[in-house]
Amino acid sequence: MTPLNQRRWRNFKANRRAFWSLILFSVLFGLSLLAEFIANDKPLLIRYAGGYYTPIFRFYPETAFGGDFQTEAIYRDTFVKCLVVAAANDGCLDDPAATLADAADGDIGGTAIAKGFILWPPIPYSFNTINDIDGTAPSPPDAKHWLGTDDTARDVAARVIYGFRLSVAFALIVTFSTSVIGIAAGAVQGYFGGLIDLTFQRIIELWGAIPTLYVIIIMAAFVRMNFWLLVFLMVLFGWTGLVGVVRAEFLRARNFEYVRAARALGVSNRTIMFRHVLPNAMVATLTFLPFIITGAIGTLASLDFLGFGLPSSLPSLGELTLQAKQNLQAPWLGFTAFITFATMLSLLVFIFEGVRDAFDPRKIFR
Amino acid sequence: MSPLLEVRDLTIRFRQDGRVNEAVKQVSFTVAKGETVALVGESGSGKSVTALATVSLLPDSAEVTGSVTWAGREMVGAAERDLRRVRGNDISFIFQEPMTSLNPLHTLERQIAESLALHQGLSGAAARARIIELLHKVGISDGESRLGAYPHQLSGGQRQRVMIAMALANGPELLVADEPTTALDVTIQAQILELLAELKRAEGMSMLFITHDLGIVRAIADRVCVMQGGEIVEQGPTAAIFANPQHPYTQKLLAAEAKGRPDPVAADAPEVLRTDALRIWFPITAGLLRKTVGHVKAVNAASIAVRAGETLGVVGESGSGKTTLGLAILRLIRSDGPVLFQGRDIQGLQSGDLRPLRADMQVVFQDPFGSLSPRMTVQEIIAEGLGVHGARGGNPRDMVAAMMAEVGLDPATMARYPHEFSGGQRQRVAIARAMILRPKLVVLDEPTSALDMTVQVQIVDLLRDLQRKYGLAYLFISHDLRVVRALAHHVIVMKQGDVVEAGAASEIFANPQTAYTRALMAAAFDLRAEAL
Repeated sequence: MTPLNQRRWRNFKANRRAFWSLILFSVLFGLSLLAEFIANDKPLLIRYAGGYYTPIFRFYPETAFGGDFQTEAIYRDTFVKCLVVAAANDGCLDDPAATLADAADGDIGGTAIAKGFILWPPIPYSFNTINDIDGTAPSPPDAKHWLGTDDTARDVAARVIYGFRLSVAFALIVTFSTSVIGIAAGAVQGYFGGLIDLTFQRIIELWGAIPTLYVIIIMAAFVRMNFWLLVFLMVLFGWTGLVGVVRAEFLRARNFEYVRAARALGVSNRTIMFRHVLPNAMVATLTFLPFIITGAIGTLASLDFLGFGLPSSLPSLGELTLQAKQNLQAPWLGFTAFITFATMLSLLVFIFEGVRDAFDPRKIFR
Repeated sequence: MSPLLEVRDLTIRFRQDGRVNEAVKQVSFTVAKGETVALVGESGSGKSVTALATVSLLPDSAEVTGSVTWAGREMVGAAERDLRRVRGNDISFIFQEPMTSLNPLHTLERQIAESLALHQGLSGAAARARIIELLHKVGISDGESRLGAYPHQLSGGQRQRVMIAMALANGPELLVADEPTTALDVTIQAQILELLAELKRAEGMSMLFITHDLGIVRAIADRVCVMQGGEIVEQGPTAAIFANPQHPYTQKLLAAEAKGRPDPVAADAPEVLRTDALRIWFPITAGLLRKTVGHVKAVNAASIAVRAGETLGVVGESGSGKTTLGLAILRLIRSDGPVLFQGRDIQGLQSGDLRPLRADMQVVFQDPFGSLSPRMTVQEIIAEGLGVHGARGGNPRDMVAAMMAEVGLDPATMARYPHEFSGGQRQRVAIARAMILRPKLVVLDEPTSALDMTVQVQIVDLLRDLQRKYGLAYLFISHDLRVVRALAHHVIVMKQGDVVEAGAASEIFANPQTAYTRALMAAAFDLRAEAL
């Protein structure tokens, strides 16, 4: 690390709130990246008839465990559980629950069996698992469903974990892509100036006048929306956000003496832009990043809330909010959505506040 | 006479990253009524910080201990409300940079009226009359018609006059002038100094004058405090200090003047650069079709010639087209007329064809802070040209090390960043960057004017050594005639784009032909303002 970056890192660490936000956010996002191992309706590991199976990675038909169907085994079914644990004992066909209980001690009716086991993730439901619940959905939190279920009896805890990952990933991808395009466009405009600048500036003005939300809603009306299409649309209309800042920095920097000195050395324009000007334009750019990230999360949530975003089978925090609105008798939905959004956005804002202060050369940390 | 301002054992510390940096150590001095005290020292010696501390204008990261009394009242630790009453009313400030000290969106009337309204409650016609009176006092005679002018419509000297008018608005008892003439031309500097001296006499003010230029001190100060590294190493009456400096640092400062004359050029030295009636006009366009309605005539018909080993000095006030001429010769801006570099006309060459020639023509800029990219190490900066033009059969790292040693820098510091170097060292880095390509022609655009006197001398010596060693041709652009005299063989004098005088340096300095040249010289050598 260069001394400058070391200083920035020290400054960032000196800001306790930002530093702990970063650690907490990293842990949360790290865990959500491993969502398949935390909340899944497929077991992590199965021991059946002396062999090991990993359903989380591979497809196994029910016949692999002595069942009848060629389709994938439904591991949460008591029948399949019984087949695995009791090594496909015939008793499973008649009374799987009793057989399963009987097999717990390693023999059925006095006959020893090759006892198997199923290792489940902590939350044995995926985001789209439709559960059998007692009573009506949405059901309140209980020992099986920690945060209750939503109106189609899906586990809210599992949906929050996957939804968090989806939101953050969406925001990061959109932010990264818009930044790359915006910085490149702003750099070219600011560095060359003149007619190029004038032309692009007018194009951006026209482009920026298009109401993004309506275009996406109209698109959603005749195209089936998916994650990458939504990313594409967001980038298509979002890249202009950074152009102004970067352009201004380049306009300012292109007349600096060190840029002149580099031109006098015969350094090519591209090298000057990337090596001399861009690093100095980065600080201003960084100031804008938190707004783009939180903006992307907000846009995704509002589209889902309106029903024009991702398909409702996908785990979405916006859709959870919509359900909360439609089911006011189930306050756990609203509280869960609110706390998740509040935590996620606050942590991000705290982190980037720290980053911005760390990059500010005038800020003094005692 | 009891002192008006008394500073005793003033110590100022700055905290950053847990490190404490002591900027001012145990400084004590007094300013009596009607007296001018000069704080002299190199940049970084704590002069400005000391002055700002008198009215607690320092940033929050500063810790001030000791005592500052103003007319018997303690200022260190005083309430913000009491301080505000003193600031701008009893003690006024003039800063170095007149462009950034004035709010660009306010007219002259508003700028000055603000302080009048704040401290005297003047407004309307009374304020207007007072403003015109003040402008008249600082030598802006057509004050009435200038009231609606914005800062950008004024010249640098006029802006500084407005700053002074603002400082005088409330009849201060002490005027703190922080390098008020450093950003100005020599001719304007002489005028401003005369104005300050005259105002001081007329108003009976005291003055605390901060500068690095001993010539100014001699002209204006009653007493001098010499600062080095945050301490006052010597203080006393001006005449006594100049006649008999005691501290070695004072002696060194006094001895620092660019001395010597350039080495003679060999008679058969080949010509490196020639221009014939070079013209640089910037079109002024107007209307929808961007029709050219006129031109800003930056340079009219400049014909110059430089031979190997020779220095051509280009002098003139700011705005006279000196820098523009230098940039046009390097083909960094557009110009008309042939530019013959080593006999070949480079006017109109494409940038690709020009690139190999770039190694032979280099430039060193004025501001050693602005001309080095802050995000690159010194090694990367110096080696950048090698990356473009090839290392010519050497290891770039070794070449950088050799070059750094040659310009007087420690090669062990090559991994550091520019901000870790002093101004003089940075200028050496900029020179190393230009010289590592072994150019034939170097355009030196005011390379010494942002530097302290003692450092100026070293840089002039270094430039002369390099010229002798490699037979370099220099185009030396400067408004500082003392440095030009030490370096240049030939001189051209420029005024508003025209070359008004040209010839051998010795002749021009001995026998200037035009009134303009004479005025430049009077201002530079005697700090005397002479009518143009």
